[in-house]
Amino acid sequence: MTKPLTQTDKWRKVEDAGLDRGAARLTPERIEKVINEVIDKETSIRFQAYMRDCVRCGLCAEGCHYFLSRDRDPSYSPVAKMHQTAWEMVRRKGKVSAEFVRNAVQLAHTECNLCRRCLHYCPFGIDTAYVMGIVRRIGNRLGVTPQYIQDTANSHSATMNQMWVKEDEWIDSLKWQEDEARDEFPDLRIPLEKEGAEIMYSVIAPEPKFRTQLIYQAAAIFHEAGMDYTFPATPGWDNSDMAMFVGNNEIMGRLKRLHFETAQRLRVKRIVMGECGHAFRSVYDVGNRWLGWRDSPIEIVHGVQFYHELLTSGRIQVETQIEDLVTFHDPCNIIRGRGLMEQGREVAKAFCKNYIEMTPNREHNLCCAAGGGVINCGPPFKETRVKGNRAKAEQLKATGAKIVIAPCHNCHGGLEDIIHAYHLDMKLMFLGDIIYKHMKKTKAV
Amino acid sequence: MHTFYDFITGPLLWISFLVFLAGSVYRLVYAYMEAKRRDQFVLVYWSWKHVLRSMAHWLVPYNTMRWRTTPVLTAVTFVFHILIFVVPIFLTAHVMLFNQWLGISWPTLPEAVADILAIVVVLCCGYFIWRRWATPEVRYVTGWQDWFMVGTVLVTFLSGVLAYHQLGPYQIMLYLHILAGEAFLVMIPFTRAEHMLYGLFMRGYIASEFGAVRHCKDW
Repeated sequence: MTKPLTQTDKWRKVEDAGLDRGAARLTPERIEKVINEVIDKETSIRFQAYMRDCVRCGLCAEGCHYFLSRDRDPSYSPVAKMHQTAWEMVRRKGKVSAEFVRNAVQLAHTECNLCRRCLHYCPFGIDTAYVMGIVRRIGNRLGVTPQYIQDTANSHSATMNQMWVKEDEWIDSLKWQEDEARDEFPDLRIPLEKEGAEIMYSVIAPEPKFRTQLIYQAAAIFHEAGMDYTFPATPGWDNSDMAMFVGNNEIMGRLKRLHFETAQRLRVKRIVMGECGHAFRSVYDVGNRWLGWRDSPIEIVHGVQFYHELLTSGRIQVETQIEDLVTFHDPCNIIRGRGLMEQGREVAKAFCKNYIEMTPNREHNLCCAAGGGVINCGPPFKETRVKGNRAKAEQLKATGAKIVIAPCHNCHGGLEDIIHAYHLDMKLMFLGDIIYKHMKKTKAV
Repeated sequence: MHTFYDFITGPLLWISFLVFLAGSVYRLVYAYMEAKRRDQFVLVYWSWKHVLRSMAHWLVPYNTMRWRTTPVLTAVTFVFHILIFVVPIFLTAHVMLFNQWLGISWPTLPEAVADILAIVVVLCCGYFIWRRWATPEVRYVTGWQDWFMVGTVLVTFLSGVLAYHQLGPYQIMLYLHILAGEAFLVMIPFTRAEHMLYGLFMRGYIASEFGAVRHCKDW
């Protein structure tokens, strides 16, 4: 047996202020106390079964894009990730060094996208993503979390959104986009605080911060479809959740509660959210559980579902189609997370004449390597992501497509970097981009 | 020497059975209680419809993407797991022992068939050992427990076969066979062999989560 490499200095360490400074403050007593507290009080039979019953068959390895991309380096397989982190913590009953904690957290944060593809490869269905989440939680409680993602979690805590967007800036961004859009659609309004509207539309904070055109496009689609909707003007408009990914469940719970309560305050029937994967995971799968809800307390509709609904009900119609060859990337959080693969494809195919599938696809698709909070760990780990996802680049290249549709913000970030690094001649688009550009605009001038 | 034989096929055997049974019941009850007390989502999300749908895929060879990806390993895995139950339970010699002690009996495999099947198990163990050694991603995470587990099965079946054919020192083979078999029974609730008890439940939970919550198949 090879010694778990996270215990040594020679391990593939990437300098990071959050990890290094955090680890420097640790004492053996504190490490032991926190690890045992998390394992004894916050985990139960699932975690215990995953710790005890994995038979080390290695079948999960091929499920992981890091493993495939790193020339089948065994230390990147899902089972090796548990071997180098949680198993060792449990085996030593929390008596691990600060160096070990630091490296284990780096691994759990940057070499696993929590994409759950390996669940299709493990006969027992051992949830490596869940175990990596526990390792991140231990790190967070010890104050050892990569700096960039910790900053976004701090932003969530202070402002209830991910990007330090202040209340007036949020409203201002919406008004600005309304102004812009009225050049094209003279009657368009971006409704704010409309009580009793059918839909509350929520977005992730990067939209007002640097992808503001997405708000314009969404407003144009809502307007064209004649939907009764509103944006909230108060905190609670942001559905994103990096607190979930750093393992700060307390802040995650506050965020989700505020998001749901904002919708309830506005007395809307449902929340529609933009094309974001992780935020969707946080509202119907993770955050809701923390708050004690089996599902979400209010109906949550993802952008893909919503566009599908608009298209099949005839509320929006196709005006033109894209001629270029198009392929569709399945984002983990809405595919392995919610089974939206067919709806996404139907929308894409309605607007694209020439369509090709990547293989493997749907629930077996390869991750973008940005999700699970990995891209949010920032520039120090860009190489980890890009080198760790050659498999995806090869998969994209094999299609020969000119356009990749990815209905998820994080996937855009990850795929953009891969397209660049591996010199792929491809353009990335959201479904919203395509619909906005190619739908029938009956209300435009 | 007869006393030793009597001991390992008498009290020691019953102790092994008892530890195996009591340990297994304890493990299963404990899992249920733990889920109820501290991991309620396991029970809340549990959905028999999705569990059975998933099992219908995972328990049938080549019926999942995973099983199709590694055809040889899949065949060996299924054959091995079926035979380590079938051979010991339906072996004439074992049934005769039960008949002698408890007066109960059940149909048995023809001796020649059982012999071949036992040799197949030995070959399967050989394959697992080779794979564990030769595949980097498996070797990387393999510990002494894994060698011990497969080793115990190997010794049990190999010594059984050798004793049956009276190859090598008969008595030693027989004792080895009995002791290794008993050791394996005892190991089940306490080592990774526990996957015999929890394996289906682990798959069942994830099948429920994928099916009922994520609306996505898990195979």
